[in-house]
Amino acid sequence: MCLSTRLVTWAIVSTDDRRRMSSDKAEYKRQETELDELYQEIILDHYRNPRHKGRLSAPTASEEGYNPLCGDEIILDVEVTDGVVSDIAQRGSGCSISQSSASMMTEVIVGEPIADVKGLIASFTAMMRGSDDDLEELGDLEAMAGVRKFPVRVKCATLAWHTLSQALEKAKSS
Amino acid sequence: MTTSERIGALDVARIRRDFPILDRKVYGQPLVYFDNAATSQKPRQVIEALTHYYETSNANIHRAVHLLGEEATAEYEGVREKVSRFINAPSPECIVFTRNTSESINLVAYAWGRANVSAGDEIVVTVMEHHSNFVPWQQLAQETGAKLVVIGVKEDQTLDLDDGLSSYLSERTKIVAITHANNTVGTINPVKELAAEAHRAGALVLVDAAQSVPHMPVDVQDLDCDFLAFSAHKMLGPTGVGVLYARRELLAEMPPFLTGGEMISKVTIDETTWNGIPAKFEAGTPNIADVVAFGAAIDYLSDLGMQNVREHEKEITEYALRRLKQLESITIYGPEDIDVHGGVISFNYPGVHPHDVGTIVDRQGVAIRSGHGCNQPLMRSLDISGVARASFYVYNTAAEVDVFIDALGDVGDRFNG
Ligand SMILES: Cc1ncc(COP(=O)(O)O)c(C=O)c1O
Repeated sequence: MCLSTRLVTWAIVSTDDRRRMSSDKAEYKRQETELDELYQEIILDHYRNPRHKGRLSAPTASEEGYNPLCGDEIILDVEVTDGVVSDIAQRGSGCSISQSSASMMTEVIVGEPIADVKGLIASFTAMMRGSDDDLEELGDLEAMAGVRKFPVRVKCATLAWHTLSQALEKAKSS
Repeated sequence: MTTSERIGALDVARIRRDFPILDRKVYGQPLVYFDNAATSQKPRQVIEALTHYYETSNANIHRAVHLLGEEATAEYEGVREKVSRFINAPSPECIVFTRNTSESINLVAYAWGRANVSAGDEIVVTVMEHHSNFVPWQQLAQETGAKLVVIGVKEDQTLDLDDGLSSYLSERTKIVAITHANNTVGTINPVKELAAEAHRAGALVLVDAAQSVPHMPVDVQDLDCDFLAFSAHKMLGPTGVGVLYARRELLAEMPPFLTGGEMISKVTIDETTWNGIPAKFEAGTPNIADVVAFGAAIDYLSDLGMQNVREHEKEITEYALRRLKQLESITIYGPEDIDVHGGVISFNYPGVHPHDVGTIVDRQGVAIRSGHGCNQPLMRSLDISGVARASFYVYNTAAEVDVFIDALGDVGDRFNG
């Protein structure tokens, strides 16, 4: 989009500086593609229209997750019935990645047995660490793989999942 | 086309050639470094001064009788004199070298604070303080039972002084700790007037000058402050060097902060007498090499002229503000009046988190900051969790602002379709 403007803008700086200021077009395209993969439509959709937003009236456990680096915050209420995550609600604030990750997570785990949810948590964290082994099992969550090209943002994507893991621990002991 | 892009006060094209890092590319694009409020880049002169010191004069200072020790001491003390002249201190004795602004302020909060503040006393700060000039006072208040009085801000993020500073003062006020220029919304505070008012009420004044000394002329005698703190790394100098200016009588009276080598006059098994000032406050081997290199940074800025630096930043900030305002529905923080707005612009895109803004422009080579900027109390008072922030310095150009604005266009395209 702005490549041509960029070149024009830079041209007004001295000729001496022109060489080092020239932009690498191939690299520019590559970065655009990585950004496209980060900000996929499905991620932006969950960011704008978060699922299971709010709170539960009688949660089995609640847990708060906080990322001091970014200030991202996720609060989860989970309801566990007979070893199944029967309901979940999430609220919080933060960047598109942390919020959409939380929203996508709530969609896939409702109605799932705790054991399966734990497996999903493990698969998701493994994917964010770079593994492609469980992509199939992760379904739509695979969209989050684009975050791996942005190492400082990986924590944003995993925040909700760590928080869920802690919430389930709490639920077990309550 | 001219060979240099002169935006008024400074010959920026010439300046840019002094900064090796500006040659590097970020994701294939020329680096546009707009995170100067966090730390500035360093000119070749400073980097060379550092290597030159290690290659030619390295020795420990003050205690050696050999030539290298003498040279190192002369260079180190020479920079103290330079710093003293740079901020027009009455004497180099009033200059204490620390690690950074945070340590300078902690030195005062611990050494002066623990000796002079007690239960029922009052400490005045503002809601726009950097955590560095907030937490040490909050902790001092909690430890001593003193009261922390916090000056708020108005809609335009200038201090709420409608009823005068005196409305925040009492006869129990011991110190007013206030930032000269804010690091997030850019507000420049009227510290000279505030210092006069605080003094009339019998309180001392500490100025956090981390964002003013690097960017504008600062004269401690004209401000008539009692303490003033800043960091070398934000003004072209190396990391690891901070400055505390303090009035001579205060330094003389204050107990030391850290004890050990160098800061003593005589040590027996039973007692120790302190060295004179400022040595009393510089325990152990200081950061000699970086202090020496800091001298080169002060020379560099002195050559440019601090008034010119301020003029340049004013022009670029005005230009950036004008361009930003053309972007749809963006929220810009900080005072409208450029005379009280430093070279820092904070803004938010509606519906886009500052971290997403930061990530997108980064991939186009533009380095900005996103988050609370160590100004959490201020962010809370604005009811936001953070901002995206661009901050400028002597090597930045209007052309770079254009690149930044283009990159921001991409944020809008991605999030708002
Ligand atoms: C206004 C202000 N005060 C204090 C500081 C702390 O400086 P340092 O990290 O060098 O101690 C900063 C740095 O961000 C600042 O902007």
